[in-house]
Order: sequence, then C-alpha cells, then structure tokens
Amino acid sequence: MEMQAEEVKKHVKVYIMVFVVLLFLTIVTVAVSYLHLSVGVGIAVALLIASIKATLVGGYFMHLISEKKLIYATLILTVVFFIVLMVIPVSHALDPIRYNH
Amino acid sequence: MQIPYNETARPDTGLFNAKLGLWLFLASEVMLFGALFSTYVLLRVGAPVWPHGYTILNVPLATLNTVVLISSSVTMVMSWASLMMKNFGKFRLYLGLTILMGMAFLVVKTFEYKAKFVHYGVTLHDGTEIVGHLEEEAEDHVVMLPDMKDGVQPSPVHIGRAQIKRLTNFGPWYSTFLAIYFTLTGLHVLHVIGGLVVNIYLWGPGAKMWKTEPTRFTNRIEVAGLYWHFVDLVWIFLFPVLYLL
Repeated sequence: MEMQAEEVKKHVKVYIMVFVVLLFLTIVTVAVSYLHLSVGVGIAVALLIASIKATLVGGYFMHLISEKKLIYATLILTVVFFIVLMVIPVSHALDPIRYNH
Repeated sequence: MQIPYNETARPDTGLFNAKLGLWLFLASEVMLFGALFSTYVLLRVGAPVWPHGYTILNVPLATLNTVVLISSSVTMVMSWASLMMKNFGKFRLYLGLTILMGMAFLVVKTFEYKAKFVHYGVTLHDGTEIVGHLEEEAEDHVVMLPDMKDGVQPSPVHIGRAQIKRLTNFGPWYSTFLAIYFTLTGLHVLHVIGGLVVNIYLWGPGAKMWKTEPTRFTNRIEVAGLYWHFVDLVWIFLFPVLYLL
C-alpha cells in the first residue's frame, strides 16, 4: 500500500469526478452514433472517446497515474505488441494484389 | 511459512508480489482480447458487407450495461479506499454494490442473448430474406412475423418449407458479425463471472483476513479491483465497436 489514508481521502473526490466524466462520455458515444457519420470518421470518433474513457479508468481507478516504473515498462511492451496485432489485419486489407484480381 | 512481500513492497520491484503478478496477468489478457479484436478487424475489412451493430443489437440495453459496469468500477475503487481509511463497514457496502452491479450486468446480458435466440432469419431459394419472429413452425410450412419497418408492423408471412433455403435464429452461426459478437461478449461475460466469484469470496469468507492481516487484505482488494477495472476497460471498447459502428 503505497498511499496513505489521508491521501486516499483526497482521491475519493477525484473518483467521483472521473465517474461523472465517464457517464458523460458514454452519452456522447451513443449520441455521436446517431449522427450517422461515415464509417471511417465514426470509427475514429468512437475509438477516440473510448480511449479517453480507458485512460481515465486506467489512470485514476487503476492508479496508473502514479505507478512504479516496472508496471509502466510492462505496459509499454504490451502496447507495442497490441499495436502489432492491430496492424496485421489492416496491412492485409492494403495488400494491392488482393485488389488487382 | 510466511509468504514474503504480500504486505510490503519488494525492494527491487517497489511492488508487493500480488500486484506485479496481477499486472503481468493483465498484460496477457490484453493480448488475449487483442487477438480477438484483431480477428474482428480482419473479418470486417475482408467482408464485402458488414452490418451496423445497431441494426441487429439492442443499443439501449448495452448503454444501460455500460453505465452499470462503469458504476461498479467506481464502487470497487471506493471499497478499496474505505479499507485504506479503516472503514470496514463501508468496504462491505461498496463491494456488495459492486457484486450486485456485476450480477445486474449478467442479467441484462442474458436478456440480450435470449432475444437473439428467438429472432429468426429465413432465406428463400429466390434470394428473398425475411427477418423476424417465428409465429408457427409446422412440418410443411412456417409462419414468420417480420420485424417492424418504419414503425409499421407487417402482416405475418406464410412460407412453405420447399421455398426455404435457410432458416436459423440469430445465434453465432447466423453470420460472421454475430459469430464475433458472441465470441467477444461471451469471453467478456466469462471474465465478469470470474471477477464476481473472487469478489463474492472477498466480501464473504475471505473478509475474515481483515481482522488478522488488514494490510494483506487491503492489498487483495486492490488487485481484485485492478482485475475488475480491466473488465470494465474491455467493455468500454466492446460497446462502440460492436453496437455503434
């Protein structure tokens, strides 16, 4: 337990604020879907909002905002491999041979 | 035998062992869900047509579940904060609420799944496709009540068995979209159930540790919370990807 009780008391207010922002962003996510944006823009906006929400949950609820270096190093490595996983299918779609047939 | 570093931090890592272990586990979980998200992208970019999730799935129910899961994340972190402030009563209240909201998530998900299994699609030999609910299923014919269109309920359709090329409900076998929907959400549901089992243990019999080893128990709640927040994080991405895009 790295944090002290007094410090936690201050954090409780932050948790409530983050909760309100998360609820607001959920409403925004649903509202944006009713705008029927083009697929590309829709995906970009939805993933941007989801990423902001994920940052808030990770940063404040999972305390990543003040974590040890070893956890950051582990997560950076994970993110690199995650990006590779996401790029593989997209690079397949950009394969020119696929569209030349 | 005393297990080392379950209360205090290891000098070399700066963390108690369970916390490091849980983060390494979560890293592997990111790769598990990452592989499935990658599969989703591959299927979607490779498909000639891909349905908008909101035309097949129930967005209001999924929005409700998003609110439920986000709220449960807040109560989870509040349960840990309560222990840090030496308030065991509040801890029990907040963790109890987390458990109840986890269960509520599963109940809503059950309604969603059930609706898919009673929703049918019929493809006829001439290529016509009718989607709706089966009113009647006889040996030589079926009667379908098509879905409402622009707020108007079409009349039931009598279809002879000889005309039918394919008749199936909206299970994972119906389409690639529903296959990946059930795979992703099913795996997520299993994670929610796993988290609930741990949280129920820590709320019930596991809470005895508070009397003998309060610091170790608080650490247990912290790592259980990290897992629960991860489950919330996965849903934060699943919701727009499957339901809204």
